[in-house]
Amino acid sequence: MPKTVNGKNGRSLPKAPTGIQGLDEITGGGLPRGRASLFCGSAGCGKTLFSMEFLVRGAMQYDEPGLFVAFEETPEELTQNVRSLGFDLNRLVAEKKLLVDFVRVERSEIEETGDYDLEGLFIRLGHAIDSIGAKRVVLDTIETLFSGLSNLAILRAELRRLFRWLKDKGVTAIITAERGDGTLTRHGLEEYVSDCVILLDHRVIDEVSTRRLRVVKYRGSTHGTNEYPFLIDGDGISVLPITSVGLQHVASNERIPSGIPRLDAMLGNEGYYRGSTVLVSGTAGSGKSSIAAHFAHASCQRGERCLYLAFEESPSQIVRNMRSIGVDLEPWVRKGLLRFHATRASMYGLEMHLATFHKLVQEFQPRVFIIDPINNLAFASNRKDTSAMLTRLIDFLKMQGITALMTSMTSPESQETSDADISSLVDTWLLLRDIELSGERNRAMYVLKSRGMAHSNQIREFLLTDRGIDLTDVYLGAEGVLTGSARLSQEAREREEDLRRQQLLDGKQRELARKTEALEARITALRKEFEAEAEEARRVIGEEKAREEITRRNRERMGASRRADAGIDAGERPARPRRVQGGHR
Amino acid sequence: MMTGTPANAVQSQPHGEEETWELRLYVAGQTPKSITAFQNLKKICEEHLAGRYRIEVIDLMEHPQLAAGDQIIAIPTLVRKLPSPLRKIVGDLRNTERALVGLNLRPTEPSQ
Repeated sequence: MPKTVNGKNGRSLPKAPTGIQGLDEITGGGLPRGRASLFCGSAGCGKTLFSMEFLVRGAMQYDEPGLFVAFEETPEELTQNVRSLGFDLNRLVAEKKLLVDFVRVERSEIEETGDYDLEGLFIRLGHAIDSIGAKRVVLDTIETLFSGLSNLAILRAELRRLFRWLKDKGVTAIITAERGDGTLTRHGLEEYVSDCVILLDHRVIDEVSTRRLRVVKYRGSTHGTNEYPFLIDGDGISVLPITSVGLQHVASNERIPSGIPRLDAMLGNEGYYRGSTVLVSGTAGSGKSSIAAHFAHASCQRGERCLYLAFEESPSQIVRNMRSIGVDLEPWVRKGLLRFHATRASMYGLEMHLATFHKLVQEFQPRVFIIDPINNLAFASNRKDTSAMLTRLIDFLKMQGITALMTSMTSPESQETSDADISSLVDTWLLLRDIELSGERNRAMYVLKSRGMAHSNQIREFLLTDRGIDLTDVYLGAEGVLTGSARLSQEAREREEDLRRQQLLDGKQRELARKTEALEARITALRKEFEAEAEEARRVIGEEKAREEITRRNRERMGASRRADAGIDAGERPARPRRVQGGHR
Repeated sequence: MMTGTPANAVQSQPHGEEETWELRLYVAGQTPKSITAFQNLKKICEEHLAGRYRIEVIDLMEHPQLAAGDQIIAIPTLVRKLPSPLRKIVGDLRNTERALVGLNLRPTEPSQ
């Protein structure tokens, strides 16, 4: 404790990595080195497995031999129990990297009289630690002493001494303890072991169990404070620090096709953004899975791995059904590009599913992630949790740059509202709906939203053909949106109407042409008439001029013959007829 | 009196047909508690099992590996190896009555 520095960065406190996936992330590097940590929780919450994995990982990955002091199980039982996690204790024991010491405290055999101490336990521990040079020690669970010995005063004093002694030994220890009623541990061990307290929980909500972990306290270090779900499977424990992800992901400008050319066209001609989240919602049988299958098909065609989580159908059923619409997924499964993961959603809690997703994603490294459908997950947990959990999942996928497509089944009454709580999380939302008209149902689709792209706002009729999905324009008219045979008959009616109109138009056009022709003929006639008149006028004018000239000449000739003064007469006389001519014009 | 070796056994002469009691006292060094325990044990044995008991004192400080065998946690611990069943008495045996109960020795009836 004297070495504890209130380092906010946690760097000042030396830590021993647990090697348990996720736990080191939450604790910022592991458990406090050279100190004891308390793992508490109710029966069956995984305390023993956690502490055993801490030792096994320490021995295998960090070259720190470990001592497991078992108060409840024999070494043989323990070895068997952790074999399911892939740990071979016998090998580690043979290599002197691990020692399991079984301490049996049998109340019925023990009588107490007078003063005693627990030096025997100290000696045993000390001997075991020294024999393999243990750096890590687990006491599972020391509380058994309380049931074997009745002198609480001695017990408490000795426990206090034990934890100090462990610290002096310089070993990194895990003490496990049962959860008490309203307290962290039944016997108040948190009083003694207070550097790091981790609470494990195994809750059953709606008949679905979920394991969770919370760092209650970590003296001298920052740590994640949330409850983190964890998973126990064939590879040990994985804690999921999925709440720790934020909104720091880099948005990609890359676009990837949806597998449906016409849909790409609706999405700004290019398809989805890489790393975005697509929600396809619609009523039952509206074709959600088909859109998902097209997307899976397209991504495999690009050579990208695709993880398909199916909650309603088995993989072979999906493959068969999609083949009927011309999408053959089987080759991709064989090539290892497409992996199905089919479970019933009600098998586990939502956290457990997310934990599984997390693991699958890290294992398979897909570029495309499909959940079909997401509702079942929501059923698996109570509604409140769902959006928080989905946020975590979506953030996680975005961090990895994985494009996610989720389908969601909505009830016909609440098509746009039922997904409202997750709509803010998705980037592209495709809505499929049934349009019921004149005795038939037809599928229609539109893009409700698509962030960051100019998308179409049109409703398209959605057709499932044996060559895949086809989107066609719907009929939009005075009678509203028409699809299916209503659209076809409307279109036929319209074609008839068109024809009739065309004929009418043709007639009108012919009439117009005729009228134009007639008009032009009349114009020509008029022009001809006018030209004739103009010619006549010009001829008359010409004659008149000629006549005037003759008159003038005759006058001159007359004047000459009368010997008149030519100077005055010639200057005056010709001006007058010229003025008359000007007036004429 | 206490040399702290397992061989350091106090033995009295066996008493004919009666079974010999085999007792083991675990201690850790010569602490006051250990010495008190040994003295109390000696007294009880002389009173109730005279001539048919054997006490083996094991000092775990010197032989820590022996702690595991009899599942010793507390010090001092007296283990009744024989007659069976195995019994353990934890403490310095200050309370004679309880020690006798623990050993299954009634003050009036020496053995079963």
